[in-house]
Amino acid sequence: MPDGGRPPYRRLYRSPQGRMLGGVAHGLAVHLGLPVRWVRLAFVLLFFAQGIGGLLYAAFWFVVPIGIGEPALRGGAHWVYVNGTFVPASQWQAPSPPLTKGSRGWVGRLRELLQHALQGEPVAVTAAAESEAAARPATKNAQGGLGQLAALVMVVIGLIALLNVLGWQTAKPYTWPLLAIGVGVALVWRQADDSRWQRWFGLEEGEKRRGAYTRVGAGVLLVVAGTIALLAMQGSGSTLGSVIEASIAVLAGVLVLLGPYGLRLWQDLGAERTARIRAQERAEIAAHVHDSVLHTLTLIQRRAEDPKEVLRLARAQERELRLWLYRPEAAAEAAPDTMAESLRAVVAEVEDRHGVPVELVIVGDCPMDEKIAAQMQAAREATVNAAKYGGGGPVQVYAEVEGRTVSVFVRDHGPGFDPDTVPEDRMGVRESIIGRMKRNGGTARVRPAPDGGTEVELEMERTND
Amino acid sequence: MTDAAPMGASPAEGGGRVARVVLVDDHRMFRTGVRAEIGRTEATGIDVVGEADDVESAVRVVAETRPDVVLLDVHLPGGGGVEVLRRSAGVMSGEQGGVKFLALSVSDAAEDVIGVIRGGARGYVTKTITGTDLVNAIFRIADGDAVFSPRLAGFVLDAFAATDTPPVDEDLDRLTQREREVLRLIARGYAYKEIAKQLFISVKTVESHVSAVLRKLQLSNRHELTRWATARRLV
Repeated sequence: MPDGGRPPYRRLYRSPQGRMLGGVAHGLAVHLGLPVRWVRLAFVLLFFAQGIGGLLYAAFWFVVPIGIGEPALRGGAHWVYVNGTFVPASQWQAPSPPLTKGSRGWVGRLRELLQHALQGEPVAVTAAAESEAAARPATKNAQGGLGQLAALVMVVIGLIALLNVLGWQTAKPYTWPLLAIGVGVALVWRQADDSRWQRWFGLEEGEKRRGAYTRVGAGVLLVVAGTIALLAMQGSGSTLGSVIEASIAVLAGVLVLLGPYGLRLWQDLGAERTARIRAQERAEIAAHVHDSVLHTLTLIQRRAEDPKEVLRLARAQERELRLWLYRPEAAAEAAPDTMAESLRAVVAEVEDRHGVPVELVIVGDCPMDEKIAAQMQAAREATVNAAKYGGGGPVQVYAEVEGRTVSVFVRDHGPGFDPDTVPEDRMGVRESIIGRMKRNGGTARVRPAPDGGTEVELEMERTND
Repeated sequence: MTDAAPMGASPAEGGGRVARVVLVDDHRMFRTGVRAEIGRTEATGIDVVGEADDVESAVRVVAETRPDVVLLDVHLPGGGGVEVLRRSAGVMSGEQGGVKFLALSVSDAAEDVIGVIRGGARGYVTKTITGTDLVNAIFRIADGDAVFSPRLAGFVLDAFAATDTPPVDEDLDRLTQREREVLRLIARGYAYKEIAKQLFISVKTVESHVSAVLRKLQLSNRHELTRWATARRLV
């Protein structure tokens, strides 16, 4: 241990690094300051003493939380954990063959499996695991609890069968039922920590919830099976029926007694949650109104003598508020990825910059692609023109997606102009609108509207569906 | 329409006739503003005969005064504009043409627009409308016509676009090609007169197309329209 850096005080944690199964032995070794090998040996020896070692290990695994990055939090210096001792990070160079490499065989897999099935705990990513994850991606998280759980059950059943065949009944006969009950309890209760409850009954995606249900179901099944096996083994097989009947009667009694209370508790919980959500929503609305509306109103008061600026501010604020009120999910999105969103953004920008109201009507929607993007740019140019030369009246923009055709109409009520009389050197309409549309395989028409004003029509075929 | 207007006179000029109007809005400031803007009877031909600020008073005032047109806010204390429409169903089909409703709202959310139109309003304009346009719209409504803002036309096209592919009972509520064309032009910002020029038909024909669309929108009770609304969480 180098200069003055004492290893940080540490509670008992399972170690995610350099472990073989659950990291219990490793964690204990660190906690007690013993070499890992001794602890492991002790566990193995204890296992032959009627399986106590196994039970002990399981108990530790169940009770002791996994400690990720714990030492680093306590000590001032950054501590690394090598071969059961702490070493300051500066002293330790990552060995090129990672420490856990040896244990990444079937034992490692089994450990991951157990970890996953029992606790839904993320498998701690070590340096080795990271490199390995790259090699075999998507096996860890893609398949949820179900497949792994099935695998786990198969392994357990196989082990039991194997041991029975070999006639190797070292442990007392009640070990297996007890083990089954223990695993069942573990399955149910590890599930029940706070975050999991929340996820379980909250508005999370169904996949995880299904996984949780599967785990709990399997746990309950294991407990029931274990209990029945235990009863049968006690020689009370003949009276099993009456025992079960009696248990059910007692359970029913308890349910009758505690049921209403539990139900009330449950309802209270729901009501409280609703109230909390509502309060949060209200706070958020208040915050938004404060941030945007109040500030704009203040600005308007201060600039009351400049009607154009006031108009601009009011319009921008109105649009923002409207968007926020009626299309909350759209406001949350950053980059527009559909035609409608994109066009809305374009129109909003032009409206703000040129201070001319733009009435936008969109029928249908489609995802963006390169051609549509070009069309949107052309539409932007047309809207800017209409805002500049349209006499200050409202500009009308209408977009429609009809099958594979996307049409945009931009119309103003200005003096109008004849495209043929525009000099050759004026590039706005010719290049930005007509040229751009042509280059991308669309068409653009500029024509006078029937009662004055100009209308630009942009038509484009989508590339994909 | 009690005072029979000389037909053919442009509504904008009023043609010497007077439309009796009731204002329903829960903001007194807004009512005052609208009254100041359109209520100068000798200039605009609009006579504001009553005001109301919630559903109860609106139903009462409308029943008492029997105006030509009610300017109806969509969001009202006591149930909203749709509730007023529901409870005023009796006066809408009176023997002298009945009371007609024009929705006037800040909201241009689809559910509000479609809701009041299906509730029986003959048109929908937003509060950003200019005074002149509003006067025009009121006279058009008084004449039994429908007033579609570009945005409303967009909503209608959207609503029927989803339902038009399987022609279930085409006679009743499918939009004809012509009606779609007319709606599209309205959405593009064309006035009725301009549409008539563009399609080489008379203004009267345009108006009848628009009225037909309105009727279909109110009557159509097909699964598809409901499904459309449900899909967009409008109902």
